[in-house]
Amino acid sequence: MSARDDILGRVRSALAAVEPDPAPVTAPPGTRVADLVAHFAERVADYRATVVHCAAGDVAGTVAAALPAGARVVVPPGLPDDLRSALADVIVDDGLSADALDAMDAVVTCCRVAIAETGTIVLDHAPDQGRRAVTLVPDRHVCVVRADQVVADVADALAVLDPGRPLTWISGPSATSDIELDRVEGVHGPRVLHVIVVGEAG
Amino acid sequence: MTHTFVGMPPFPTAARAALADTQLRHNLAHATATIRGKRARVVDEVENWEELRLAGAAVKDRALRGLDEHLVQLEESLTARGATVHWARDADEANQVVIEVAQRHGVDEVVKVKSMVTQEIGLNEALQAEGIAAWETDLAELIVQLGGDLPSHILVPAIHRNRAEIRDIFRRRMGEVGRAAPADLTDEPAVLAAAARAHLREKFLRARMAVSGANFAVADTGTLVVVESEGNGRMCLTLPEVLVSVVGIEKVVPSWAELDPLLRLLPRSSTGERMNPYTSTWSGVTPGDGPQEVHVVLLDNGRTRALADDVGRQALRCIRCSACLNVCPVYERVGGHAYGSVYPGPIGAILNPLLKGTGDPQTDSLPYASTLCGACFEACPVLIDIPEVLVHLRSKVVDGHREDRVPKPEAVAMKSAAWTFSRGGRLRLAERLTGVGVGVGRRLGASRWTSARDLPKAPPESFRAWWRRTDGRLDP
Ligand code: SF4
Repeated sequence: MSARDDILGRVRSALAAVEPDPAPVTAPPGTRVADLVAHFAERVADYRATVVHCAAGDVAGTVAAALPAGARVVVPPGLPDDLRSALADVIVDDGLSADALDAMDAVVTCCRVAIAETGTIVLDHAPDQGRRAVTLVPDRHVCVVRADQVVADVADALAVLDPGRPLTWISGPSATSDIELDRVEGVHGPRVLHVIVVGEAG
Repeated sequence: MTHTFVGMPPFPTAARAALADTQLRHNLAHATATIRGKRARVVDEVENWEELRLAGAAVKDRALRGLDEHLVQLEESLTARGATVHWARDADEANQVVIEVAQRHGVDEVVKVKSMVTQEIGLNEALQAEGIAAWETDLAELIVQLGGDLPSHILVPAIHRNRAEIRDIFRRRMGEVGRAAPADLTDEPAVLAAAARAHLREKFLRARMAVSGANFAVADTGTLVVVESEGNGRMCLTLPEVLVSVVGIEKVVPSWAELDPLLRLLPRSSTGERMNPYTSTWSGVTPGDGPQEVHVVLLDNGRTRALADDVGRQALRCIRCSACLNVCPVYERVGGHAYGSVYPGPIGAILNPLLKGTGDPQTDSLPYASTLCGACFEACPVLIDIPEVLVHLRSKVVDGHREDRVPKPEAVAMKSAAWTFSRGGRLRLAERLTGVGVGVGRRLGASRWTSARDLPKAPPESFRAWWRRTDGRLDP
């Protein structure tokens, strides 16, 4: 008998007296607050990420200000023109090697959705966010979040997201608590997360 | 660096040695007190935490009650998304799959995401025997691996090490297996983390194959989920060409939307955060992004045995958050190694006998490694009634010794304890009656058990009440 059939057979005999449960489970909702965008910003900042707000017209200047002088910047191929135009010398990712990405100082992207309750940004790696490696290897991640992308809780985010795409949920810069459970920000992922929230809550 | 738990002595022997190690006890007390405080803060801010726990338990129960159908669906969705699905009855079969993939690609090293299941099956040792190096990339796992040590906690495997010990391990060993630690390495956690970043980056950048586990495997979408903090998981899941994920069959979640309570319960219970820094999800192969060859090994290795146990089945709901370890008075004092398994603490005390079956002296000692205080049950985000399962397993261990001609008096006592402890209400009642019980025992004359031991005076308060009041500290 194949391992597959053997295991499924054992599962079935273990469950012989058990009725399956056809109805999906719905969890209670998260906290509802009036001002989602402010709540999101506060929670992101709690993780020691940098959070700044700007009006839609100021986004280019705000992104440029988030990058140290002389930084080597990589951007995904689908970064919107208004962001792209703010950056003088950028390298557009066209499948850069890991080593080439390692030589970059920063990356600028958009996101798919942001979660207020947990202060989380989710990337679905569409062209305005780029491949997963692009937002991972450089040490500084500048992420532009539109106010209308902020949802209340995890359930709302799951409803928006396409599980067929690779997703990266980011809550602050990389961190570890492995040494005496003392939290240290900055391990393998970007050590700086710079979030720019554009516009007001819709 | 071949270190395994095989041949560990039974819990009481191992615990005695651990208790004599004052450094270990100090490191553990400090670390578990810190994490208890963090967890309490983020759990308290969730108004409907109890409802959320119920929902989390219900999702995992639903997954288990229809496990055969969900597994078949998971296999279909994964295959449709370009992943290759393998089934493994036991550790050897699972290790063999990983070895064959590695050999087909001619790699002599793999990078690893922290995963309990690959420790359970001894994957690193199996790879090493074939000349393939397995690099652990989680900081705590790196500390354990470089130190030639064993993990002692689910979340923080090096919880038994303090910063000075970690600095020494890095100084001594990093240079032997890659980029050496800087000469001026201090014991500041930030400095140690930076040394790990530099040491591992060259391995991430050159690795061609990675091995991971998964926290969840979503049946209807074929999505695997890895929850982490450092970004080492993202590195492993993104940069190499080939990815093999070893997934216990109990990791199935029926549908995408049902991830909701689990993603909210796990980080708060585990690291005491509202959300962990990084969660990666992927469904098979994404052209042009990440590994282009993706394998998933669905592993039994005793899970179907646990599933067949009506009382013990609930242990398969475990999401490996480690909250039960951090609140356990026994774990806090003896540490993880005494349990002789990659799964230590209260969950280990039930999971090991459920997966392996009773009959071996080491495994049989584990259900007794508890005071039945119930703190683990109160902390568990998926409501696993660990005391209930402990008592159930104790009676199984006792049943296994039926052929002993004279039953041990403890065995008889445990039978009645099994009844008492199998429902929390009875336990609380018994607690209140303890004073009465001991009094009656004295009047009836000492039993055989008590004649060899002084019958203690009934304490003024129960253990559970004392623990709740003092958090385990002797100085009030
Ligand atoms: S038994 Fe519960 S508390 Fe313990 S690790 Fe598993 S999920 Fe967490």
